[in-house]
Amino acid sequence: MRVNFTVNGRPQQADDVWEGESLLYVLRERLGLPGSKNACEQGECGSCTVRLDGVPVCSCLVAAGQAEGREIVTVEGLAEHARQRAGGEDACGTSLDEARRWSPRGPGSQSDEGSTSPRATLAPLQQAFIDAGAVQCGFCTPGLLVAADEMLERNPNPTDADIREALSGNLCRCTGYEKIMDAVRLAAARQGEEA
Amino acid sequence: MDFLRPASWEEALAAKAEHPTAVPIAGGTDVMVEINFDHRRPEYLLDLTRIGDLYEWEAGEHSVRLGASVPYTRIMENLRTELPGLALASHTVASPQIRNRGGVGGNLGTASPAGDAHPALLAAGAEVEAESVRGTRRIPIDAFYTGVKRNALAADELIRAVHINKADGPQQFSKVGTRNAMVIAVCAFGLALHPETRTVRTGIGSAAPTPIRATAAEEFLNAALDEDGLWDSGRIITPSVAKQFAELCAAACNPIDDVRGTARYRRHAVGVMARRTLMWTWESYRGNARTMEGAA
Repeated sequence: MRVNFTVNGRPQQADDVWEGESLLYVLRERLGLPGSKNACEQGECGSCTVRLDGVPVCSCLVAAGQAEGREIVTVEGLAEHARQRAGGEDACGTSLDEARRWSPRGPGSQSDEGSTSPRATLAPLQQAFIDAGAVQCGFCTPGLLVAADEMLERNPNPTDADIREALSGNLCRCTGYEKIMDAVRLAAARQGEEA
Repeated sequence: MDFLRPASWEEALAAKAEHPTAVPIAGGTDVMVEINFDHRRPEYLLDLTRIGDLYEWEAGEHSVRLGASVPYTRIMENLRTELPGLALASHTVASPQIRNRGGVGGNLGTASPAGDAHPALLAAGAEVEAESVRGTRRIPIDAFYTGVKRNALAADELIRAVHINKADGPQQFSKVGTRNAMVIAVCAFGLALHPETRTVRTGIGSAAPTPIRATAAEEFLNAALDEDGLWDSGRIITPSVAKQFAELCAAACNPIDDVRGTARYRRHAVGVMARRTLMWTWESYRGNARTMEGAA
């Protein structure tokens, strides 16, 4: 079957989708967006977390057909999503090509050889993860970023308990939770300074 | 596999009548796990996420009509006053991501003895609104669970809503697991005080082939509270009464040994949770009673 949906602000289409396929599989294997990670496939680990109509969900538990007509934001679109939220001028989303060529460079480095799109810079939360040393193997990072970013959108001044609760569905097996907490606190503090 | 995508409830009922083997899917938090692991290859998936009615709730005078797909997150946020036991239980479901998708209809459809909503529904008192092209019926929650992962639904029926009695007194929910998040209950216990009828109702999860009530324990406690006039006096429940209530709750269990815990442990833990939830709710009831006395 064919699935039409919006991914990172751009309309997309996936063809030859099997009816029992997950949204995660469609994103990774049909659209070539491997940012959302595939680990447990049973909603235990949170590494496949994406926004579905704004709400954080495990994309491994969303049937592909259920995404028809819906809006998805993946970690590849997080920088653009954060930019728009902060009142960025034009809202044109992130193309598949931009998303695929994304590399983790901070703002300011995007002009190098034109290999990274200006839109594919880091969201403030992503920069905070780097600055706080919250990335070890990196496998859980995309899910944590999507979940934490949504929490900061709803709750700009989270307590530690709020952060723990919001991230309770995301496992990190490098056990770097303290650094992750630091990163989210840092992002919240920087967000507060800007406001 | 076919993916059926009804745009309305009527279309969904027609599809289920035409394809009784179709597996309904809403939040997908149970169904997709089985498909991802190749434990299930249904001929038809019946997607219910286009049917807006299933995501709505309505508080009536005596009960709340909760749409089958209302996510646990909404229950926690919006129904804490009307359905405190279910709101507490909802908060113990898995993680935010799962609570954003899963709902009580799915818990009932799966009918796992470990489903977190069941003890709260049993304790509050509820009816499942099941519908098919043949018509609508309301199944009392006590008659709904018929075996391990089996329920009273006919092959052509879908769960449309659950009618849950609004709290008329304090309610509690307690669950044993190895950590706070992402835990399938080792066992769970729900308790509701019903001052209007002067009764106490219970619900036990993960400690028998189906979710159950501890009816002998309820009868004992109802008689003890009545005999000592405690609903009126608001005095404390004596330790011996609480102990016997706990023992009768433990005795109501029919658990198994499995990877999550032993039968002996489950029985013991249910007794502990029964005593604690009784104390918590009774203290709350006494506190309210005292507050009302002071105001009068």
